[in-house]
Amino acid sequence: MSNSIMVLVEHRQGAIRDVSFEMLTAARKLGAGNVEAVLMAESCDLLAPAIAPHANKVVCVSGPIFRDFNYEPYQKALVKLAAERKPAAILIANSAFGTDLGPSLAVALNAGLVSDAVACTKADSGFSVSRGMYAGKLVADWAVRSEPSVIMVRQSNFKAEPASLGGTVEKWDAGDVVSGAKTKFLSLEEVPTTGIDITKATIVVGIGRGIKEAKNMPLAQEFAQDIGAVLAASRPVVDAGWLPKEVQIGSSGKTIKPKLYIALGISGAFQHIAGMKGADTIIAVNKDPKAPIFSVAHYGIVDDLHKVVPALRTKIKEMKT
Amino acid sequence: MEASVEIAVCLKRVPDTAEADVKVDASGKDIVRDKLAFTINEADNYALEEALLAKEKHNANVTLVSVGAKESEEVLRMGLAKGATAAARIDSAGLGETDGIGIARVLAGWFQGKTFDLIVTGAIASDDGNSQVGPALAELLGLPHAAYVTKLDIQAGTATVKRELEGGFLEVKELATPCVVTIQTGGNAPRYASIMGIKRAGAKPIEQAAPAKAESKTQLIKVYVPEIVGAAQMVEGTVDEKALKIAQLLKEKGAV
Ligand SMILES: Cc1cc2nc3c(=O)[nH]c(=O)nc-3n(C[C@H](O)[C@H](O)[C@H](O)COP(=O)(O)OP(=O)(O)OC[C@H]3O[C@@H](n4cnc5c(N)ncnc54)[C@H](O)[C@@H]3O)c2cc1C
Repeated sequence: MSNSIMVLVEHRQGAIRDVSFEMLTAARKLGAGNVEAVLMAESCDLLAPAIAPHANKVVCVSGPIFRDFNYEPYQKALVKLAAERKPAAILIANSAFGTDLGPSLAVALNAGLVSDAVACTKADSGFSVSRGMYAGKLVADWAVRSEPSVIMVRQSNFKAEPASLGGTVEKWDAGDVVSGAKTKFLSLEEVPTTGIDITKATIVVGIGRGIKEAKNMPLAQEFAQDIGAVLAASRPVVDAGWLPKEVQIGSSGKTIKPKLYIALGISGAFQHIAGMKGADTIIAVNKDPKAPIFSVAHYGIVDDLHKVVPALRTKIKEMKT
Repeated sequence: MEASVEIAVCLKRVPDTAEADVKVDASGKDIVRDKLAFTINEADNYALEEALLAKEKHNANVTLVSVGAKESEEVLRMGLAKGATAAARIDSAGLGETDGIGIARVLAGWFQGKTFDLIVTGAIASDDGNSQVGPALAELLGLPHAAYVTKLDIQAGTATVKRELEGGFLEVKELATPCVVTIQTGGNAPRYASIMGIKRAGAKPIEQAAPAKAESKTQLIKVYVPEIVGAAQMVEGTVDEKALKIAQLLKEKGAV
């Protein structure tokens, strides 16, 4: 079996995304003697030097078609490259980019796929991969034995470590396999702003699905006001239209680093945690003692937020007078 | 667009575990399901809504399909009650252990020989969190796809989509139809079924199909409850005592 691991480098707007360095670290730790970073871009010149220390080789696949992300040319080039190099595994980020590409790539390669990997070790044949289920309440261990195996790696899960491999940069030409796409990238847009910037707040109250109904929102609003906090939310609250997208905390929302974050009725799915784990102090109120939020919170309260918050407001009022 | 736009929606019935105690069963590979409530997968609900909106706009037919046991007909009936045209269940009995790509293979088998302009699925299943089925199905059918779509607009021959990226970015893309699109939550407001709709849905036939073979290249070894790392300091007591402790904490941190 080949001992080389291929890592697909992800970049956006001219910058390599952190997850690429996380995957390169994970690949090195798999004991692979040969870590090949695959960089597909309009031109590799700007990005390749940043990656070279982290890999044994940087395979540069360049051309105008790789300027913007579009899974189709990426996939076709990777299929051709994998057929030539026969890597043991291809690591791809479990990101919006990777999720568009990973499953169809695995089918095209006739490979086994494990998505959202949080741990990965080499097994006698193939890999042993752990991943979350039920929004983090369970972990599942999978064996994947195909060659190559496609492993989609959770973002912000592996710690990126510095390296000095001084990888060689090799240009590789995808040829005409990348033509004739049925999909076309048109543009990148930013979510419109309404003027609330949760990233600048020092105290943030986050409200989750535990709030249950729109009519309970004033409770959260008034509590936030009491303590001079900005009110933010997990995704379901925003999806329901109770707060604007701009105050969503998490991987598809904003990343906040306040002095104090109070999470009310939020389970702590990793997509939420990705946006708030940098808070200095985290207080979580959740009626489920096993809610994953308690593994990142500094203080935990297992109870009904609809009882705790009114009682808390009373205590605060008493303290103020 | 001409009258006969055909849309298929893939639906999954899942346990609602957000507030439930999730326990591993004797096999060590699955959870104890008997005390859980089941529902339509959250993202699928948005996918269904997207199809129903397209139905209204383009006078489309909306066909639902689910891989599952008899009980998954509940979610098909729910979809029919909301206005879908037809429904099919591919029986999961005898399927054995499989993975996301395996389910995509089963679905691809059912889609073989049928023509749809658009196939929609949820972007992710709330139970396994795989995010695999839609794009894998597209590849098996030789169709283009887009994952994590929050906005979808179909015209003759093309679909324009907005895909949600990290950090508040959206990617605008154009796909040739037929295509497969996986829908992320939040892009629409899923409707409720009317009483009339529910009544009518009860009488509609549901096509029964047997699964195509779905060999998988991965194997589930075991599932388990993760160890809580860096656990929070828990505040104990009555509601009042807890409230007092948090109030003191807030004061310490300068919030009061
Ligand atoms: C691609 C992608 C991107 C995503 N991006 C984000 C993101 O940016 N931000 C984000 O937050 N999510 C995001 N999600 C969704 C994420 O996976 C979770 O679904 C979401 O974070 C769950 O929100 P929640 O904790 O509010 O709801 P749930 O997971 O439903 O949890 C509700 C919690 O409230 C508790 N509760 C219920 N009632 C009460 C009560 N009365 N008192 C106290 N506690 C109570 C329950 O015990 C439960 O733990 C994303 C998902 C995907 C697939």
